[in-house]
Amino acid sequence: MSAAVKTYFTKQTQAAPLAVFRVFFGVMMLISIIRFWANGWIEKLYLTPKFHFSYYGFEWVQPLGSYTYALFAICGLAALLVAIGYKYRMAIIVFFLSFTYIELMDKTTYLNHYYFISCVSFVLIFLPANVYFSFDAKQNPERASYYVPNWTIDAIKLLLAMVYFYAGLAKLNSDWLLRAMPLKIWLPAKYDLPFLGNLMQQEWVHYAFSWSGAIYDLTIPFLLLYKRTRWFAFILVVVFHVLTRVLFPIGMFPYIMIVSALIFFDASLHHKILRFISKLFKIDKVKMDSKIKTVFFQKKKKSAKIVIAAFLVLQLLFPWRYLLYPGELFWTEEGFRFSWRVMLMEKAGYAQFKVVDGKTGKQFYVDNSDFLNPFQEKQMSFQPDFILEYAHFLGNHFASQGHQNLKVYVESYVALNGRLSQPFIDPSVDLLQEKESFKHKTWILDFKDEIKGL
Amino acid sequence: MVAFSCSEDESTAPDEDTDAFDRKAMLINWADNIIIPAYTAFDDKAEMLLVETQSFTADPTVSNLENLRSVWMAAYLEFQNVSMFEIGKAEMLNYRNRINVYPTNASEIESLIASGNYDFSLPSTVDAQGFPAMDYLLNGLASSNDETVAFYTTNTNAQNYKDYLNALAETISTLTKTVLNDWKGDYRDTFVNNTSSSASGAVDKLANDYVFYYEKALRAGKVGIPAGVFSNDPLPEKVEAFYKKNISKQLALKALQATQNFFEGKKFNGSAKGESFKSYLEYLNTIKNGENLGNLISAQFETAKTSLKGLNDNFVLQIETDNPKMLAAYNELQRNVILLKVDMLQAMDINVDYVDSDGD
Repeated sequence: MSAAVKTYFTKQTQAAPLAVFRVFFGVMMLISIIRFWANGWIEKLYLTPKFHFSYYGFEWVQPLGSYTYALFAICGLAALLVAIGYKYRMAIIVFFLSFTYIELMDKTTYLNHYYFISCVSFVLIFLPANVYFSFDAKQNPERASYYVPNWTIDAIKLLLAMVYFYAGLAKLNSDWLLRAMPLKIWLPAKYDLPFLGNLMQQEWVHYAFSWSGAIYDLTIPFLLLYKRTRWFAFILVVVFHVLTRVLFPIGMFPYIMIVSALIFFDASLHHKILRFISKLFKIDKVKMDSKIKTVFFQKKKKSAKIVIAAFLVLQLLFPWRYLLYPGELFWTEEGFRFSWRVMLMEKAGYAQFKVVDGKTGKQFYVDNSDFLNPFQEKQMSFQPDFILEYAHFLGNHFASQGHQNLKVYVESYVALNGRLSQPFIDPSVDLLQEKESFKHKTWILDFKDEIKGL
Repeated sequence: MVAFSCSEDESTAPDEDTDAFDRKAMLINWADNIIIPAYTAFDDKAEMLLVETQSFTADPTVSNLENLRSVWMAAYLEFQNVSMFEIGKAEMLNYRNRINVYPTNASEIESLIASGNYDFSLPSTVDAQGFPAMDYLLNGLASSNDETVAFYTTNTNAQNYKDYLNALAETISTLTKTVLNDWKGDYRDTFVNNTSSSASGAVDKLANDYVFYYEKALRAGKVGIPAGVFSNDPLPEKVEAFYKKNISKQLALKALQATQNFFEGKKFNGSAKGESFKSYLEYLNTIKNGENLGNLISAQFETAKTSLKGLNDNFVLQIETDNPKMLAAYNELQRNVILLKVDMLQAMDINVDYVDSDGD
């Protein structure tokens, strides 16, 4: 390790930003879990469907029947404990595991921001976010400190910066920049917005939103990093996320990003926030601070640094894996997920499965609504890995009904970013002969157009 | 992003109102020129059906039976014009299912008649009522007219048969009046004013209902299921108006024409066209500069119609003698499922799923 790197890792800074991040993260997660529960989504998304789409290698992760509610309760409780910093290490591990388990139960519900939560909570396992302004610090004064290593806060900043920057890079393509797609589809549909409704019909607005969205994503990490532009950047963050909240159904994500961006500010702002919280809960912050004002972070564990560094490097590389696949990324979606491709395309499909009994030669088409809810059917219809998994499910289902030597074919059409729908999967391929893997799926038909760019 | 949107909306000129597609005009065209007139026309026919049913049961003769059959058929055809509008009161009443679930359950009908005890509002009786149940009682009891009339005259349960038939016609008429009166009352305004872009907005809801009807009731119900598309073997006993036999094609064609007219915003029983899915697509295409989806869909309606017209009047015969032709007609209907459900709904940014989960 070079001397500069060594010095960097010895640097310490005030713990307040990390503490504020922990508190807000925990509170936001608790609200998210309650909201999810209150909306009836646990039942609708995890209990009612007969079949769930699994991630490759995680087929063993399934909803737990009525215990799924307990899983959400545990996750919510863990979030609360994270927020107050009580038995923090255990709480954040439980949160990470339970939240990630929930997300792995059915990939129908995949959202980049859920993945973001899993990433952040994983990183938080290795950060000393409970040394300050927490029950742990109060109960174990010997472990409390006013300072934490610089790198612990920088790790979160880097993760956030990566989300924005990669989301911006993903927008550098001809559909987004030159055709203003998919905003040309999404914005005119917001005709009933007060004040903005008519504006949303204007072509120049679609281009302005596309370009400014891309520029925002690419520059906001830097504007937040530099002190002179920080407040301006933060106002942009608020306006941008509030606007996306108004325009699109994206739940809690905007609020999570807004509070997360506070981490870029100096500790003085965080102390103000903590003073406000202290007043609310009648905590004597002055007294608490005076006891540890000069206490630096003591625990020197090398493993945390290595894990976080490895994780961040992986995060930097992972979104580029799509380059290993031939074909248009938006079409095949090979390497699309887990890459911060947020609100990037409008895709819809229709998939009709044909089951052929190899012995009798008889065939019939499947009514998808017999097995999938409308949300699952929608997600399945334009994603090849879903189509393959569902074909195998159908094969098993009808084999158990006594059909023999089954073959399952799909006739499918997909429309991407307003282009006329095109055949999607080779209808002559028996999907039961194809296995899920990380290899390119040769049975996806070619995209009959070109999208240039990253 | 901010700079553009916030500075501009203050200067929004009033004349910019004309820039956006007028969804309210589309809803008004749907309600006033299509839906309400279609229900009114069907209500007349349903009432005539009730009157003729009562005449027949009061005086069960062969000639009254034949009168009733022809009125039943006329009403059944007229129903095809309203079946797709399963929204508002119709949705609450489960209207389409109560009027037209087929195949009807003959053995259940017989046992209900024998017991003389039935409540058509129970979901369990949904396959023992409506036009298909009347089809059974008018065309399916016996092969000759005299034998059929005998069920209403000399049969030991004749009174129960008459009561059941009356109850069927009454239910069709009552349900229709309830739906029509709701449209004529408050619901029309509720509907046309519900221009919200959310999933509960009238355009979103009716678009979903419309596509659902086209896919499930028309394409699958009238053609696909009997042709054996969804089963190992053809199921000719599942055709619409199974006992009447020779009107299944007419019913399907009527329904197809009705869905095309609605797509194009054609006034009921007229030729003038108002705002519609098609004109909405044309408007959106001026922004998108893509393919003219509206014309593609209209053309596909025509192709499907031609294909249906080439079939035997009696789908049972068509399936038994030359099912590939039936399947070919299904395929033409299917093409428009893709254009409507994938391309049209994408262009309008209408979600097919009813699960209101988050996006990202």
